[in-house]
Amino acid sequence: MTTSAAKQPVKGPSKRSGLGISRAEARRETIAAYLFLLPFLIVFVGFVLIPMVMCLWTSFFDSTMAREDIFVGFGNYIKMFQDDIFWKALMNTALIVVVAVPTVTAFSLWVASAIYKMKAASCSFFRCIFYLPVVTGTVAVTVVWKWMFNNYYGIINYVAKGVGVIDNNVNWLGNPKTAIWCIILILFTTSIGQPIVLYVSALGNVDASLTEAAQVDGATKLQTFWKIMWPQITPTTLYILVITTINSFQCFALIQLLTSGGPNHATDTIMYYIYYQAFKLYQYGYGNAMGVILAIIIALLSALQFKVAGKGND
Amino acid sequence: MNTVTGKMTPYKVISGIILAILTVFLVFPLYWIFTGSVKTAADINTPTPQWFPTNPTLANYEKLFDNPALLWLWNTIFIAVVAMALTCITAAMAGYVLAKKKFYGRTVIFSLIVCAMALPKQVILIPLLKEMSFLGIHDTLWAVILPTVGWPFGVFLMKQFSEGIPNEMLEAARIDGAGEIRTFVQIILPMVKPGIGALAIFTFITAWNDYFMQLIMLTKNTSLTISLGIANLQAEMATDFGLIMAGAAVAAIPILAVFLMFQKYFTQGITMGAVKG
Repeated sequence: MTTSAAKQPVKGPSKRSGLGISRAEARRETIAAYLFLLPFLIVFVGFVLIPMVMCLWTSFFDSTMAREDIFVGFGNYIKMFQDDIFWKALMNTALIVVVAVPTVTAFSLWVASAIYKMKAASCSFFRCIFYLPVVTGTVAVTVVWKWMFNNYYGIINYVAKGVGVIDNNVNWLGNPKTAIWCIILILFTTSIGQPIVLYVSALGNVDASLTEAAQVDGATKLQTFWKIMWPQITPTTLYILVITTINSFQCFALIQLLTSGGPNHATDTIMYYIYYQAFKLYQYGYGNAMGVILAIIIALLSALQFKVAGKGND
Repeated sequence: MNTVTGKMTPYKVISGIILAILTVFLVFPLYWIFTGSVKTAADINTPTPQWFPTNPTLANYEKLFDNPALLWLWNTIFIAVVAMALTCITAAMAGYVLAKKKFYGRTVIFSLIVCAMALPKQVILIPLLKEMSFLGIHDTLWAVILPTVGWPFGVFLMKQFSEGIPNEMLEAARIDGAGEIRTFVQIILPMVKPGIGALAIFTFITAWNDYFMQLIMLTKNTSLTISLGIANLQAEMATDFGLIMAGAAVAAIPILAVFLMFQKYFTQGITMGAVKG
């Protein structure tokens, strides 16, 4: 398509003013374009595309340190489906995604709708507050939460005992039942910043004359929201769903710093298990095979969300 | 018009309360980092937490700087600044030609960029580590910088921005006899400046906080970033919370300062990255 466009005389005033691009011209443009692209292409091909291909390639090998790779075909994939810890990690990841994504999306929409009409100063104050945990960085945020959840010196046990929610200290991060919920809670605090910023700007862009007209016609606030505003912010919702899903799937630092997947793999996520296999046990091939599956799952989910949201939009 | 906003409805009261609780919930950890970093070990290791530090001390910071924490901080700044500069330059150039030039292979390159963006970044870390060892730059800061620069989000963002440049301006430059480089520097760059600002701040914060990539690529004590340094301290001295909080504070202060200074650009950047076709 590009080729024919480059060869044929281009029509229309917005294009190259009726100047027919000759073969020589097209060649000149192509050379110039690639010179501009070159710096990016080198790093992109070298450090993104090649590793992606290598990831797929190595997933068919038994690959570890200091020895030649052995071709195993789909061996790694078969091993994965028989690996109980992989399934455990997949279930944990699914739990995190299923809980975190709707909560983050709904909550950020609510917060955004509560603050977007405020005065500019208050609105940017809240936007800033909700973004703080994101900016502070996962590591700093995680280590302080780890202290707050601490069995003996944690403020959460102290406060919870004080208000009578619990009688004795709870080892929040040491108990498989509570640890995953602590992780989801922290993930929530570091995930709502970006969706709120996006929703505030999307709600601000909704055509005000439409909402005013609806209210003049006697629509309630809730009706105005669902009938007028919701359809207009669907693209934003979709984008938020996709990025929150991807973020939740890739939840790693929290796990590594808080529980290291423990106790007894109770808080393993796929991303952490890949890390564990590849960088603790040096099973590169196996780790890559799980990476490929993770990429496929994320791609399928994103495609599904686009399809569902696309339908709802019609 | 203002009658609606002025009324105190029950809904408003409740939403105000929820917002307040949420604010405390998000800000308290930060407060706890900074106050914890100046508390004495005795004040920390007690089941009854001290809400305000009554005996403030700098001992934790002294202990922190017994480690090469300043070097870690410098490494982090180097990674973030160099990654930011290189990303802005390469992305501005690539985004411009992808938006404004017709050339052989344009569709292929753009499709590759979009596909790569949809994949999880962390998945490529295993082969990336092998590649870096092969190139001999494993455990140097470049092993973190180069993949960050190669990530195509910036090109995508800059392409969106460059599409807004009127073709007439490019034509005029051409008729005036401006060469490719002059057109780019004197016409394109000034017009995509807001985009570059947004991309710069976005890349800076992403590179600063990209813990997973740093963890895989950097292992020597002298090439650690501040995030890695704290993580290591935490692994070695899990209960010395004062020391760890001092580390967290040192890691958080520069990035918070950058964020608060350039907040407006940042908000813009996030919003514009989302508005895609």
